[in-house]
Amino acid sequence: MTTPLEKMFAQAKTENRAALIAYLPAGFPSPQGCKDAIAVLAEAGVDAVEIGYPYSDPVMDGPTIQSAADISLQAGTGAKEVFSTLKFAHDAGLPAVVMTYWNPIERYGVDGFADELAKNGGSGVITPDLTIEESAPWESAAASAGVNRIYVVAPSTTDARLALVTAQCSGFVYAASLMGVTGTRTDLSSSGHDLVARIRKVTDLPVAVGLGVSTRAQAQSVAGYADGVIVGSAFIKVLLEAESESAGLEALSILAKELVAGVREGR
Amino acid sequence: MNSVEAIGHFGPFGGRFVPEALIGALEQLDAAHQEAMTDPQFQGELAQLHLTYTGRPSIITEAKRFSEYAGGARILLKREDLNHTGSHKINNVLGQALLTKKMGKKRIIAETGAGQHGVASATAAALFGLECVVYMGEEDTRRQALNVARMKLLGAEVIPVSTGSKTLKDAINEAMRDWVTNVDTTHYLLGTVAGPHPFPTMVRDFQKIIGEEARAQVLELVGRLPDAVLACVGGGSNAIGIFHAFIPDLSVDLIGFEAGGEGIETGRHAATITGGSIGVLHGTRSYVLQDENGQTIESHSISAGLDYPGVGPEHAYLHDIGRAQYRAINDDQAMNAFALLTKTEGIIPAIESAHALAGAIEVGKERGPEAILLVNLSGRGDKDVETAANYFKIDL
Ligand SMILES: Cc1ncc(COP(=O)(O)O)c(C=O)c1O
Repeated sequence: MTTPLEKMFAQAKTENRAALIAYLPAGFPSPQGCKDAIAVLAEAGVDAVEIGYPYSDPVMDGPTIQSAADISLQAGTGAKEVFSTLKFAHDAGLPAVVMTYWNPIERYGVDGFADELAKNGGSGVITPDLTIEESAPWESAAASAGVNRIYVVAPSTTDARLALVTAQCSGFVYAASLMGVTGTRTDLSSSGHDLVARIRKVTDLPVAVGLGVSTRAQAQSVAGYADGVIVGSAFIKVLLEAESESAGLEALSILAKELVAGVREGR
Repeated sequence: MNSVEAIGHFGPFGGRFVPEALIGALEQLDAAHQEAMTDPQFQGELAQLHLTYTGRPSIITEAKRFSEYAGGARILLKREDLNHTGSHKINNVLGQALLTKKMGKKRIIAETGAGQHGVASATAAALFGLECVVYMGEEDTRRQALNVARMKLLGAEVIPVSTGSKTLKDAINEAMRDWVTNVDTTHYLLGTVAGPHPFPTMVRDFQKIIGEEARAQVLELVGRLPDAVLACVGGGSNAIGIFHAFIPDLSVDLIGFEAGGEGIETGRHAATITGGSIGVLHGTRSYVLQDENGQTIESHSISAGLDYPGVGPEHAYLHDIGRAQYRAINDDQAMNAFALLTKTEGIIPAIESAHALAGAIEVGKERGPEAILLVNLSGRGDKDVETAANYFKIDL
């Protein structure tokens, strides 16, 4: 079985370009606002979306995503909203995955979560704090629901472990290119490039790079060596800083188009 | 099939739920810990520090006047309050500080609730010449202001954390973020038996000296094992420390007292095992206070050191197999015991430890004068004088 996400990466490959993947927490800036934002991203030419499951203790996130998660949680976002946002993205023609800390999945029920995800058109789940040592229940749940399991690797991940982790992955490998929490960076070090090269030695899966990309030039540079460019905090920032939701959507559209163009200039 | 095995488990609890970025550091720490446990030189160094710096072994005091209020049961207090820096936290901190040196790291970070772990960490940093940053919830910097001043005097940087509930859980979040960013140079000196493997095992190994000493001391003093061992439970380090040596002694009941806050029924408490459910928080699977979506629910307790919505995985396991039991003590019961020990024995306990003392009153009344109860007096109450003065409406 091939997920919409896998089809998208295959298609981008035939076009000899990287994909642009956007991250937004469900329920942010509001339940409807998030869906409006997804429509804007689809319209701008973004290739896929990651729907964040806002969580009370986001230890891997910097201030921008923390603020967005707080706003979303205050609006009462839970699993129901995550799935309805996922379905919205799928219906808008965007391959969609959920990105979540592990506890909400465990609380929901591992098998139930995978099934509900598939039912709503989701392609898979990015699980940044699920180690492969703890992944057995998720492995079987995702397999029977036919959804991708996407793990995040880091510059500090050894070659031996890269092989183990990527062997558990499907859809793509998420390369967190910098040591640290999420947030935009003015200076993207070379660690992303090196990490992607090391990942390519152990897997043929597409590799998408995240953490810190916010400008057209950065998108272009990452698109030169990765199969996907992941942008989260930069999109969230324009929505956070806008004076109204509609102003935010306008700014989002401009930034998304810039980044879409940047990604296409990469090769 | 999965080709990798789960590690650091206590039955279904424990494990490692962390970003890949931290795996290298956790493996390095795990290896350093395992090597240290059997390395006579490391053990000798730590023992020497405990003898000449911590003030170990800590003594046992029989609380004879307090006993009248506890059904006449014999109450034996293990005096961790007399350790240098005023609590059991130093036992773990000196062990991890030695490991930090071994691993060649120059910077430690720590979270703190009551400030006792922060003070102990700042102390070890001064002793070993390490840079030290302590994360502390803003709410806790207020209620434990004395300890904030102590940490600063010791040369540590104290960073108030204003996210979430502004208490211990949020301080841990912030410390983890620092660690992910600076893991090459920095050791995260976690203060309790929670967090990802190897922390629950390692911190327990550094705290189990409490029970090993106490078991021998009680045998020597009364000629038999106690009927029950009692301790307060925040993350669970002082409790596992005093319980561990007694786990094979099936005649000895192990009883942990969680913070019942304003009462379990009010929802404003920190009694994770009594009032929570199984989940993953801060890198480990255990009991957690959480809602139906898996979001952590803020805990409440008059005691900053117990104000945490998680608990160490080994306690979850001991609870599930029935080897230990866990009960809740609310704020008023704890403050009553605080006042009582102060007035009957001339010992001002930490409010955390007062939860165990309130437990002793409860268990003593259940079991009567024949019973011998060993209680871990995990810390002293100097830091809590302002909170207590407010509670008892004493003019300052
Ligand atoms: C004196 C004292 N006792 C107990 C605790 C609770 O921690 P734990 O449950 O890890 O012993 C603290 C924590 O700050 C403390 O300062």
